[in-house]
Amino acid sequence: MKELICITCPKGCHLKVDEEHGYTVTGNSCPRGEEYGRAELIHPTRVVTSTVRCTGGSRPHCPVKTSRPIPKDQMFEVMAALDGVTLTAPVAIGQVVIPNVCGTGADIVATKAI
Amino acid sequence: MQDVIIIGCGIVGAAAAFELAKYQVRVTVLEKENDVANGTTKANSAILHAGYDPLPGSLMARLNVRGVALAKKLCQKLDVPYRACGSLVLAFSPEECATLETLKARGEANGVPGLEILSGEEVRRREPNLSEKVLAALYAPTAAICSPWEYCLALAETAVRNGAELHLETEVTGIEKAGGLWLVHTNRGDFSARYLINAAGVCADAVHDMAAPHEFSIRPSRGEYYLLDKAEGRRVGCTVFQCPNQDGKGVLVSPTVHGNLIVGPNACPVVGEDTSTTAEGLAFVREKALKSVPSVAFGQSIRNFAGVRAHAAETSDFILQEKDGFVDAAGICSPGLSAAPAIAEYLVELLKNAGLTLEEKPDFFCQRRRVRFKELSPAQRAELVQENPAYGRVICRCETVTEGEILDALHGPIPPRSVDAVKRRVNAGMGRCQGGFCGPRVVEILARELGLWPEQIQQDKNGTWLLCGETKGGSAYV
Amino acid sequence: MFDLIVIGGGPAGLAAACSAWDKGLRKILIVERDQELGGILNQCIHSGFGLQYFKEELSGPEYAARFVELVSHTGVEVRLDTMVLDITPEREVHMVGKTTGYRVEQARAIVLAMGCRERTRGAIAIPGTRPAGVFTAGATQRYVNVEGYLPGKRVVILGSGDIGLIMARRMTLEGAKVLACVEVMPYSSGLNRNIVQCLQDFDIPLYLSHTVTDIRGKDRVEQVVVSQVGPDRQPIPGTEMVFDCDTLLLSVGLLPENELTQQAGIAIDPRTRGAIVYENMETSMPGVFACGNVCHVHDLVDYVTAESQRAGAAAAEYVLSGEETPGRVIEVKNGPGVTYTVPQHIRPQRLDKGCGIFFRVNRICGDSEIVVTSGETQIAKFKREHLAPGEMEQIHLPRVLLDKAGDALTVSIREV
Repeated sequence: MKELICITCPKGCHLKVDEEHGYTVTGNSCPRGEEYGRAELIHPTRVVTSTVRCTGGSRPHCPVKTSRPIPKDQMFEVMAALDGVTLTAPVAIGQVVIPNVCGTGADIVATKAI
Repeated sequence: MQDVIIIGCGIVGAAAAFELAKYQVRVTVLEKENDVANGTTKANSAILHAGYDPLPGSLMARLNVRGVALAKKLCQKLDVPYRACGSLVLAFSPEECATLETLKARGEANGVPGLEILSGEEVRRREPNLSEKVLAALYAPTAAICSPWEYCLALAETAVRNGAELHLETEVTGIEKAGGLWLVHTNRGDFSARYLINAAGVCADAVHDMAAPHEFSIRPSRGEYYLLDKAEGRRVGCTVFQCPNQDGKGVLVSPTVHGNLIVGPNACPVVGEDTSTTAEGLAFVREKALKSVPSVAFGQSIRNFAGVRAHAAETSDFILQEKDGFVDAAGICSPGLSAAPAIAEYLVELLKNAGLTLEEKPDFFCQRRRVRFKELSPAQRAELVQENPAYGRVICRCETVTEGEILDALHGPIPPRSVDAVKRRVNAGMGRCQGGFCGPRVVEILARELGLWPEQIQQDKNGTWLLCGETKGGSAYV
Repeated sequence: MFDLIVIGGGPAGLAAACSAWDKGLRKILIVERDQELGGILNQCIHSGFGLQYFKEELSGPEYAARFVELVSHTGVEVRLDTMVLDITPEREVHMVGKTTGYRVEQARAIVLAMGCRERTRGAIAIPGTRPAGVFTAGATQRYVNVEGYLPGKRVVILGSGDIGLIMARRMTLEGAKVLACVEVMPYSSGLNRNIVQCLQDFDIPLYLSHTVTDIRGKDRVEQVVVSQVGPDRQPIPGTEMVFDCDTLLLSVGLLPENELTQQAGIAIDPRTRGAIVYENMETSMPGVFACGNVCHVHDLVDYVTAESQRAGAAAAEYVLSGEETPGRVIEVKNGPGVTYTVPQHIRPQRLDKGCGIFFRVNRICGDSEIVVTSGETQIAKFKREHLAPGEMEQIHLPRVLLDKAGDALTVSIREV
């Protein structure tokens, strides 16, 4: 039995996941918690948010995120992929900055219009 | 070749430069830090003492009383925040009541005007927040408060405007006498002059020893302070002392010219310029302050700081002396700020007696004004913003300081090179958020105006870097 | 003359303005001191916003953009880079801006939405030297996320507030080493999810019941000393740990920014440090409303939005229907276990269905009951499995209950 705190929403439910019995989740108050509890033990994922350089706009960096959660152990790999990127304004919110970043299936998208 | 080189640009060095700038004398000021007023001058009680503490007949007594009288006019001329708030010394016991009598007699001997002993009731009527336990108090109407760093800056700026040279980041490494001249070695080359003034504060003994046989030692004494939010600024109307003891004038509670409340200091011997605060020191300051004013709300603290006073080991008086054209202004502990302009007069007198010819400058310019947006009326503000829109952008929200004021400072006679130097000139970052909001914006303005990268901007002295570099493969990765 | 002037263009001000527009006000002005709308959300580039309100997980800039978009479809006037300097009792608003000049505008109603600021080193009197490298978490967030600069490479964080936790992750991802997060209380003041995904994910230790007792370094931070504290929160000698670091981040609490409010003579609650408000977020000055973090510090922006919509709607009603005659006022007080309540006053006759009450608890509680009493009588009870000071709690009192209540209500916690 593994105890976890759910991070899908700010409520932070205290989950219990039974690894030996098909990863059944208890303590969750919504289906997203169940999904999280199972995924966290089998293949944990996270949304990565960061910035990339941006020229010609009102600010020197543009905030970005992964369009969906990526494997937790690839976070630093994804960060490294952002290092060389420079956008040019105008940038639209949701604009794809790097498609399928590091083969994760997630895109890096801009989270602010610049 | 200069006529006079002044070592150190704290309040004493700046006042000496100002005084000499009145004459046709070539003056150079050498300062090791990247700004003036960066030692004891920026970290003290900011009080101009009336002058009842020093022993009659001492240099300290004479120069203190004359100094505060001069300060009043100088601050007005040079646009330095100054308020004649008066001071009280509180007595909590019959013995302390006797001390008040002694202080009053001493003050009168020193020529301090208007001293008066008030009863407990009288003093509480004047200052309702004082402790019920106060039995009596000595009131001194000539005591005042000022902005010590702006006072120093104003004197230095005026000296520079009148032809004095100021070299910042210039540290004296050796002094020798060669061919009838003083040769001063620094990290930025050699300077020579007929006369030297040693106004090096805590380092005055070391500077003296470079030029002459050892004579005195500076024993730095650290004082720790609380600075409280403006919400506490009216807790007392005048500067409130306790009876002096062997450690000095004791813990005071005082308004500041910026509208805050200052509380401190303790007195603790330290080595060198150790301006750290300690849990014990701060606790001591709190306890003593609450004895005078029990309602001080320390929860409103916005900053702690400490300053070192440059006491001389050999004497409790100022050391002001000349030999061979080398003038010491050493051991300038409290009331050094109060006495500064009178010390400067005295130093110039010493130089004159040593043969320096003093011919007045016919065009000596003794005026200084800066925009203080916050203090203007709505109509004046509107006019100013229309003239120059930079005054319309508020950078420091706590103190209402505008970009225009920061730009003025950057184009002034002694431009700021660091975030704290901006703070000392225009008050940005002095308020309750302590630069949390305006810090990044001041860095941006400094970088833009000085043509530097943001990571080159210092918080205060050199070495106080703020940013290690750009993210995203930028300089932070090097 | 404006119907409504909203001071602050962050999430609170944007929601209030939109809601007042929807209720029919047409002359609305938002005054924002920054160069863009969105307030602090612009630097909160992490995700986790909007789950309650939009039912999806957004980053701060995305959440702000939704409301900026809404405002752009209204006729609400926006003045950027403009700072309000004064509000008079006659509801004249003095403001100044580089391009907008110095102006005095008259308003029929005002919404205060200035947000909050961070507590600093001075507020908590950390002893030691005063080198560069001691930053508030929010200032660091601006440097890293907006300006693109890293303020240090080896970091200790004091305080486990959410911004501190978020910055632990941000700085780690940007290449800094975060050595520890230190919290003086025996529990974290941040959200659980942030402990997990900002500290545990990166093996950053969290030291509860610890604090920073010394800062060392002449020019730049070189070391900080961390000590364990006892139940009295005083450091225990002999427990010192020394961290070699160049940066100390402070995440030690937020304070509503109420200088304008105080200048205007509006009554402030020493518990929230925000204005005392009625059920519709009206302050002690008729026609002046307060919402968002300027009123009390929230945990989630979603709740700021909801509260500000109520404030905006109430401001519209004030303008459209005029001031109501005073009626009965119920005072809401905090009882054992509760640190404050918002609102502090309820005028039951003005309520439609009922009234939400926000509050925070003063300790971690397991299975508990939130009890509302009027005098000796218990008038309502709510069950909770978990309560924490880091989270804002909310209960809803129906009007029928309030009509029956006396002139004072007390909200307290009972652990069961």
